[in-house]
Amino acid sequence: MQRQTSLGRVVRVGLLTMVGLFFLFPIFWVFLMSFQTNQEILRIPPSLFFEPTLHNYQVLFSGRLETQTGTLEVRFMQNLMNSVILATSSVALSLVLGIPAAYAFARFKFRLGEDIAFTLLSFRFAPPLLVLLPLAIYFQQLGLINTYTGLIWVYQLITLPLILWIVRGYFEDISEDIEHAYRIDGNGWFKTFWKIAIPLAKPGIAAATLLSFIFAWNNFVFALILASADKQPVTVGALAFVTASGIQYGQIAASIVLSVTPTLALALYAQRYLVEGLSLGAVKG
Amino acid sequence: MATEAMTGAATNGAKRPLMRKVLPYLLSLPALLVCIGILIPFGTAAWYSMQRYNLAFPMTRGFIWFDNYIMLFQDPSFWHTVRVSLLYTFFTVGVQLLLGLGIALLLQRRTLFNNIMSILLLLPLMIAPAIASLMWRLMTNPNFGVLSYIVGLFGFTDFRWASAPSTALFTVVMIDTWVYTPFMMVLLLAGLRALPRQPFEAAELDGVPQSFVFFRITLPMLTPYIITAALFRMLESIQQFDIIYAMTQGGPGNTLMVFQVTAYLERYQYTNVGRSAAILMVLWVITFILSNIFIKQWLRLREKARGVA
Repeated sequence: MQRQTSLGRVVRVGLLTMVGLFFLFPIFWVFLMSFQTNQEILRIPPSLFFEPTLHNYQVLFSGRLETQTGTLEVRFMQNLMNSVILATSSVALSLVLGIPAAYAFARFKFRLGEDIAFTLLSFRFAPPLLVLLPLAIYFQQLGLINTYTGLIWVYQLITLPLILWIVRGYFEDISEDIEHAYRIDGNGWFKTFWKIAIPLAKPGIAAATLLSFIFAWNNFVFALILASADKQPVTVGALAFVTASGIQYGQIAASIVLSVTPTLALALYAQRYLVEGLSLGAVKG
Repeated sequence: MATEAMTGAATNGAKRPLMRKVLPYLLSLPALLVCIGILIPFGTAAWYSMQRYNLAFPMTRGFIWFDNYIMLFQDPSFWHTVRVSLLYTFFTVGVQLLLGLGIALLLQRRTLFNNIMSILLLLPLMIAPAIASLMWRLMTNPNFGVLSYIVGLFGFTDFRWASAPSTALFTVVMIDTWVYTPFMMVLLLAGLRALPRQPFEAAELDGVPQSFVFFRITLPMLTPYIITAALFRMLESIQQFDIIYAMTQGGPGNTLMVFQVTAYLERYQYTNVGRSAAILMVLWVITFILSNIFIKQWLRLREKARGVA
């Protein structure tokens, strides 16, 4: 290992401190803001010391904000619920559709197979609005606009390629001999798939599930185009707060904290899967 | 079937050859069907792009071949969109690459502190870009934003961040950098740690200076990772929507009118479906070319990673 001079050490620590500040301070600061009253937020100079209040969260949870002009309805809990419904169902559907397909692409070399796999991958990179704008018109005609069903279908654009390509890599890593040995004992392909392949690919399935959940949760543009307020997830809902009259900065901060907590918690919990998932399986973590 | 004959376990396959043939299609069909539903609107978009189609003037709708494209290419505001998108892509990818590489080098050694740090630095990447923009809006608010206060201490008392044309691009590039640098970092860090040890040990024995080691050994071996990461970010950056829409909706004025924001406003503010579709088709051609290069590069890296593993 290279020797480190004490000067090098100081420079290194200094640089890392700056990096840490830049990337972590915003999260820390908004977290603090969410426990402040409007007066404290508007105070100049800003201060780290204040009397924490839960009022902002109470407003979001109860859905009612008392102002001088009357009571304001705050629908943020509905947004949060929508995010949970959309992300969970999209990932579940993608697992059901994607795992068998991933197995087919990994095990059987068949015409069309590669084509389908690449089509799915290229969807991941096409401009979303290109598809969304005409889709909005079709959805209107089909009655799918502003429905969970319609949104979950479109969310497959994000979750399906991710699950397909990550899980495929894991299936390819399983030695075919193990499966053959099991099948020589008289077990059909489905039992082999279910009892051998899936359990062995479990880490890959876990990685793909967590990562696609995070991406589905963080999506903004699909629901912006295809849904109105009652079906929109937190990403769109929190942004609407900025223009809503009467909403206070502390409540915006609290809505941000509630929006990011699930993904941050998942990421910390599953951090060893992230590298592999983020590179679509190209880099082993 | 050749592989099967070789492994000598053809019994099951030979018993039901038809099943064996149909099975892969059956397994992948549902996934395919779901995607066909998405392919149709893609065709529709191409079709719209060749129509005079404005929702405000339904009577004038008609097929006009490539007139939308010709009008676009003659319109300075379209070239403005192209320029802003390219500048945005250039600055975000460039800054993130340098910063990501720098951080990866700082965290290269596997110490407890470095491991914790690399996990914590991933957090911004897990935050929705639209929400991240909202966070930065709170911090750059002229009345109470902590960043406005901090730059004020350094003498920039009237720094307007995203609401001034001169600093708007800087501000959104910074937010993009905040969100996506962790992606570069994590990929390059994994790349650095996967490099073979022998060349470095040999260089150490020979007493080769560190700068030489970096430019002649580390950097060349890391190049496949750098190219993959940069291409991936380019693909996303050229079509950035969330951050810019959430910050300024393309403003102030037309300062930040990148491709997708322009197309969105064209469609929903000016109800010009045809023109909006044409803009998106131009963007699609760019991303299609980029994604083909990216996928090739990514497959090569994937093969390599699997070979090592």
